[in-house]
Amino acid sequence: MNYGYYPGCSLTGTAKEFDSSVRVVLSKFNVRFDEINDWSCCGASSAHATNHLLSVALPAKNLFLAKQQGFEKVFAPCAACFNKLISSKHEIDTNKNIRSKIEDLLEEKYSSSPEILNIVQLFHNIGLNEITAQKHVDLSGLKAACYYGCLLVRPNDINGTDDNEEPTTMEKVVSAAGAKTVKWNFKTECCGASHSIAHTDIVEKLSKKIIDDAEKNGADLIIVACPMCHSNLDMRQLNIKKHNPGIKLIPVLYLTQLVGLALGIEEKKLGLNLHFIDPMPLLKSKLKIEAAV
Amino acid sequence: MKIGVFICHCGENIGKTVDCPKVARASALMPGVVYAEDYKYMCSDPGQNLIKQAIKEKELDAVVVGSCSPHMHEKTFRKACSSAGVNPFMVEIANLREHCSWIHNDINSATSKAIDLIRIAVEKVKFNEPLIPIRVPVTKKALVIGGGISGIQAALDIAGAGYQVILVEKEPSIGGHMSQLSETFPTLDCSQCILTPRMVEVYQHPNIKLMTYSEVQNVEGFIGNFKVTIRKKTRHVNEELCTGCGDCIQKCPIKKNASSEFDEGLAKRPAIYVPFPQAVPNIPVIDTSVCTYFKSGKCQMCVKVCGRGAIDFKQEDRLVEEEVGAIIIATGYKLYSIDKKPDDYIYKGYGEYGYGQYKDVVNGLQFERLASASGPTAGEILRPSDKKPPKKIVFIQCVGSRDESKGFSYCSKICCMYTAKHAMLYKHKVHDGEAYVFYMDIRAGGKMYEEFVRRAIEEDGVKYIRGRVSRIYEDCGKLIIKGEDTIAGEAVEIDADMVVLATAMIPQENASQLAQLLGVPYDKHGFFQEVHPKLRPVETSTGGIFLAGACHSPRDIPESVAMASAAAAKALVLFGSDVLEREPVVAKVNETTCAGCFYCQKVCAYSAIERKVLKNRNGNFIKEVAYVNSSLCQGCGTCNATCPSKSVELIGFKDDQIFAEILALAEV
Repeated sequence: MNYGYYPGCSLTGTAKEFDSSVRVVLSKFNVRFDEINDWSCCGASSAHATNHLLSVALPAKNLFLAKQQGFEKVFAPCAACFNKLISSKHEIDTNKNIRSKIEDLLEEKYSSSPEILNIVQLFHNIGLNEITAQKHVDLSGLKAACYYGCLLVRPNDINGTDDNEEPTTMEKVVSAAGAKTVKWNFKTECCGASHSIAHTDIVEKLSKKIIDDAEKNGADLIIVACPMCHSNLDMRQLNIKKHNPGIKLIPVLYLTQLVGLALGIEEKKLGLNLHFIDPMPLLKSKLKIEAAV
Repeated sequence: MKIGVFICHCGENIGKTVDCPKVARASALMPGVVYAEDYKYMCSDPGQNLIKQAIKEKELDAVVVGSCSPHMHEKTFRKACSSAGVNPFMVEIANLREHCSWIHNDINSATSKAIDLIRIAVEKVKFNEPLIPIRVPVTKKALVIGGGISGIQAALDIAGAGYQVILVEKEPSIGGHMSQLSETFPTLDCSQCILTPRMVEVYQHPNIKLMTYSEVQNVEGFIGNFKVTIRKKTRHVNEELCTGCGDCIQKCPIKKNASSEFDEGLAKRPAIYVPFPQAVPNIPVIDTSVCTYFKSGKCQMCVKVCGRGAIDFKQEDRLVEEEVGAIIIATGYKLYSIDKKPDDYIYKGYGEYGYGQYKDVVNGLQFERLASASGPTAGEILRPSDKKPPKKIVFIQCVGSRDESKGFSYCSKICCMYTAKHAMLYKHKVHDGEAYVFYMDIRAGGKMYEEFVRRAIEEDGVKYIRGRVSRIYEDCGKLIIKGEDTIAGEAVEIDADMVVLATAMIPQENASQLAQLLGVPYDKHGFFQEVHPKLRPVETSTGGIFLAGACHSPRDIPESVAMASAAAAKALVLFGSDVLEREPVVAKVNETTCAGCFYCQKVCAYSAIERKVLKNRNGNFIKEVAYVNSSLCQGCGTCNATCPSKSVELIGFKDDQIFAEILALAEV
């Protein structure tokens, strides 16, 4: 069975390196997947502020499409897409009233939806042993702070994580890929999320706290699985540095990029050249990238 | 059969909506009724005399009273009739109040309904039979399960009244959680100082048989006649020979391998130990999971130093059987652990508070041990990580309580008080320290309780912040507490040296299994359920089994003690008579038609149905049939409804009685 792939808007734009790293890493693991044909907007942050039914219906449309196209499992690398898809699925599954409204809107009967996975869960599905087995490059020189943010571990009870306040699932993937993980405090603190545009000062303040704590606990880099987190931590970092000259710049990588490094995939294919904080100096000093397969 | 009908007005309760004289006149015309009358208060003395007089004058065989619910006055009227010579089971009550006058407005239709209700009762009573109450003997001995303050109090009360008590405690010593506490609210008197005399009294009491390190394994029987099997776990120390000198404990080379249960993991204990110096009995136990001898067959240091030869590595668990008439459950509580849980654990925990991750985040009982003179720090408040006195301490209330999404819906009730006490003790010991309390509400109902909390705030300067804490994390050796002050309407961040969590009280381990063993109900949290929340708060729905203390719901020491004495009083009421009388409304099997399918046995909630072998006069097997143990039967009628061959009948509610009632309605 092929997985259904729901890229969402970010992975076609600001987070295209997330998209390219997902594709190349999954092909290395021989995971077969197809993009959901004709997928549309998940609603993300704007739909639920407009109208609740709309915020359920937009992801539902994609759930219906995935079902029609025969996907039993769908992965959504973007944490916001993942969050919207599982929330919508949960609501349709448990609320008869909403379900019938959605059926009316989409002019289709609902039977069930595919299982929705985020990228961390997808790696767990592939198998931690499989990741370790495919490892070509030794990442043990890297100390990573795994940053989950909010959407990856919420809503409580339905997102499938081990603990929505102190999750450890990403650390397990990072360890399987051979890198070290650090114990730190801010793995689920708010990065400022979509205030990025309207209230950049808030985002910079919150993101700085996260970066500070990661560095204080000895991290060389931050690992994320959310385009929003990535842009706030990576893109805003130079500005944070401007206002806080004391801080050290820290690369922010997607989880797929880190796993890709372990698999020995060329850094350009992983999109490592597309970050604001260039990770290459760090990687070159800590790893023998040149020796990669 | 001569039937008398008596209609009660119940003041205006019935009389306002039902035309009682009209009902009486209509009743008098019913077949079999020889006398009918109405009266303002039939339950009053003159009302009862009216019935008695009519019985004598009209030579009545049966009586129907149209009045309130039988729950209220059935007993009254049965007694009145009985004293006039009519068998009490020849009395039927037609409920004209709850089933008629209270729920209708229209007098005409209510009156005609009342007449119908009387007719139903009259037709039923024609099929009633005189019955004799069932009498069962009472074993005047009680079993108390749990040796905390509740169990101790209940045992002492019953023993003091002159009856035998068996007190079973699963730990090596009695004393329970109260023995771990430092001081008690609202008087700040030392917990052990007031508890240990009671413990000694239990030990010395001639009427109390103390069985520590023991657990109830099986219970059979019924009120007045329970058979209990108790497992006496092996201590590997001969209790007869041991003098409690403590030499074995001193010399045990395993000093640091086991964490002390009594000190809530804040200190270590040897492999052979008594939980605390004032333990009762003062007889050690060997923890075989850490003892070198049990792991490798070597050492035997305790054997060498014991002058009495009391160490017995071969000693095994023993089963003890006892017969008791009453059982008091006093199994108490434990604290909800918010440590990291396995993925399948039903409660989510509070990973964000870092309990189990940061050494200086402790729970309430751990703080009690730190504040206790007998604790690991000898009463000095020193934080566990570096043994330094914390200069800033934060207490968080309602961790797991009143939080349906993560913990439990209920209030743990004692936390507001003990947190105030903790903060106060802290301020008394660390004079330059700062204490903060995060709370939802302060629930300090109780004598001198509110005053106690005010004292913590006003005299000792404890800072109370109304709001919840979202996260605790460690930064540069400090615990950062992020929370909300909902009165000031702002976020607060406190860098503290230590945090104390008031975690929820939950039932003791295996409480629900014990409830199943005893056949008593428990609620969704595993707390034992009383039979009536207001009027019968210490009784369970199973006769002869009573509740004391925090096994029923979160409660503090005074409440537990009061409840224990109440439970003891209930047991003593039982012991006040030599035999018990119970209503003969029980099921009875027609052995001729019973096919032995035993569906009745499957549906019986009280395990009252047994198997009985029928033999012919030559002793040859005929068939196996159901047999109702009338001592256990509660007369619910489930077997009656289930029986496919209509072979089970409920005495007092036989099929022909029920049909007569239905036909009485159908004929109109």
